[in-house]
Amino acid sequence: MKVTTQEIQFGEAATRASHAAAELPELQGEKMVLNMGPSHPSTHGVLRIILELDGETITKATPDVGYLHRGDEKIAENMTWNQFVPYTDRLDYLAPMANNVAYALAVEKLLGIQDKLPPRCQYIRTICCELSRISSHLLGIGCFAMDVGAMTVFLLTFTEREKIYNLQESLTGARLTTSYTRIGGVARDLPPGWVEQCRKFLREVVVNIAEVETLLTRNKIWVDRTRDIGVIPKAVAIDYGLTGPNLRASGVDHDLRKKQPYLVYRDLEFDVPLGSVGDCYDRYLVRMEELRQSVSLVHQCLDKLPGGADNRTKEPVSIPDGKITLPPKSKVLSSMEELIHQFMLVTTGVNAPAGEVYFGHENPKGELGFYINSRGGGTPYRLKIRSPSFCNLSVLPHLLPGHLMSDTVSILGSLDFVMGECDR
Amino acid sequence: MANSLQLAQQLKAKFGDLIGEPVEFRGEWTVAVADAQRIAEVGVFCKGELGFDFLVDVCGVDNYGEDPRWTLVYELFSLSHNAYLRLKTSVSEEKGEMPTVSGVWRTADWHEREVFDMMGVRFSGHPDLRRILMWEGYPYHPLRKDFPLAGKPTDLPDVAFSKPAPLEGGPFVTLPGGKDSGAREPRIRNPETDY
Repeated sequence: MKVTTQEIQFGEAATRASHAAAELPELQGEKMVLNMGPSHPSTHGVLRIILELDGETITKATPDVGYLHRGDEKIAENMTWNQFVPYTDRLDYLAPMANNVAYALAVEKLLGIQDKLPPRCQYIRTICCELSRISSHLLGIGCFAMDVGAMTVFLLTFTEREKIYNLQESLTGARLTTSYTRIGGVARDLPPGWVEQCRKFLREVVVNIAEVETLLTRNKIWVDRTRDIGVIPKAVAIDYGLTGPNLRASGVDHDLRKKQPYLVYRDLEFDVPLGSVGDCYDRYLVRMEELRQSVSLVHQCLDKLPGGADNRTKEPVSIPDGKITLPPKSKVLSSMEELIHQFMLVTTGVNAPAGEVYFGHENPKGELGFYINSRGGGTPYRLKIRSPSFCNLSVLPHLLPGHLMSDTVSILGSLDFVMGECDR
Repeated sequence: MANSLQLAQQLKAKFGDLIGEPVEFRGEWTVAVADAQRIAEVGVFCKGELGFDFLVDVCGVDNYGEDPRWTLVYELFSLSHNAYLRLKTSVSEEKGEMPTVSGVWRTADWHEREVFDMMGVRFSGHPDLRRILMWEGYPYHPLRKDFPLAGKPTDLPDVAFSKPAPLEGGPFVTLPGGKDSGAREPRIRNPETDY
């Protein structure tokens, strides 16, 4: 990368003043290069931006990504379908369950079994996705507010996120790296009492969302720091491939849950909030409304959950097909056929047909897509992760110039990216 | 509102032999573009006339051992028609270069940089074709099939630390090849020797 620096020599004050008077237009053109990141509180991970400043105004911004590149796509080519699930936790690590679901749905699309998923599994997955959205948006808004100076909001939203982590822990056994889905289902059913815990959380979180609202939405400082800052017009948002709340804040009505419905979103009622200006304030408002919509979605799912809270009717949570999901352990040890299925699934993986699919999933950050190129067998030939944060960040060189240095923090906070997903 | 197949047929009607027959798999339509050098032209038509205003993804595939070696996959989406369409085109290893579509969809800028970084396919006319995920000066293209999973040793650009780590040599640091902390510090008392 080319970074030009300029040596500035300071002479005697009087000489400088006379020079300045003579060369004022040229002096205004003198640029300073400022390196921001990769380790900076507002870059939420390891994003580096090389800023060219004229005074305090940004004239050029060059983002430098890749500090968290782990080669997930290469790794995927060398393992079976189910083995890759834990790697999806580490993409958007603020919404691991949504990534699990997105990946499982993509592979299931390739296998052609998306419609065969048991209803209870589909509802549980939807609940997971929406809880992830709540968790991710709470963190997004909390960090955004903290970067701009409203520390209290961060404390409030983090308290609520902690409860989601507790729910995740009792459901999956892990707080962060959930690895909850399997190809053809989920790892385990809801534990006893989980539904009640979840409802309790939902009742508490709406109180805190309202609290955040009173702290920010009409707060003069907050509005001054976000309104008309970082305006992304509709056409620019589409051109740069923005997705998720960032796209919708620019007024584009595009939500994959509505446009390309998957899981049980067809049967649920929810609104898609849209912005009108596309500035940081709109992005904040869209996320706030999405939080409320997600709370309502989880409530609806819990009400409609097939089998009810404790699953008395023994609804399956995985496709009961030995060629796709692991058979019950008791049968593996006593029956020949199940033993063979178990052996084949563990050693060679689910046998996928040759072909290619793309599945886009409405993740909290935007459209998380998996393009899978399969040549048949238990491993992908090529797996491409279309990560929303990567595309959302690509707008920065266009968006930042013309803004003040301090607005960078607002803009980065409002874009709500996560580098694990951007760099893969 | 037109569906993906109708749009693919319109594309074929415009370009004739350049576009292959639309192929369906799992409800998705794919068309092959015979000449990669005309991809930008096809892109302009897709965006302008067919309404594919949203480029979702660009993916490079390495068909190692086959000719042509590189396949480029463009995932298009139309917000007005609510329809996806996939364009596929191939580039041979000797050529290794094709026109950019970043002039059509600006999001292609970073996607093409990634393909260049990971696969080594070059895009002529790209405004800023640099590596994006690996560092500047990295000598390989890691997503090629002939690149080993374990990686290859390279000279790191700048090693951040050249001094010993702050606790090195201390009682709690495991030396390479030495006993681990559990073996060095037995935590459970042995009743026969301790009493």
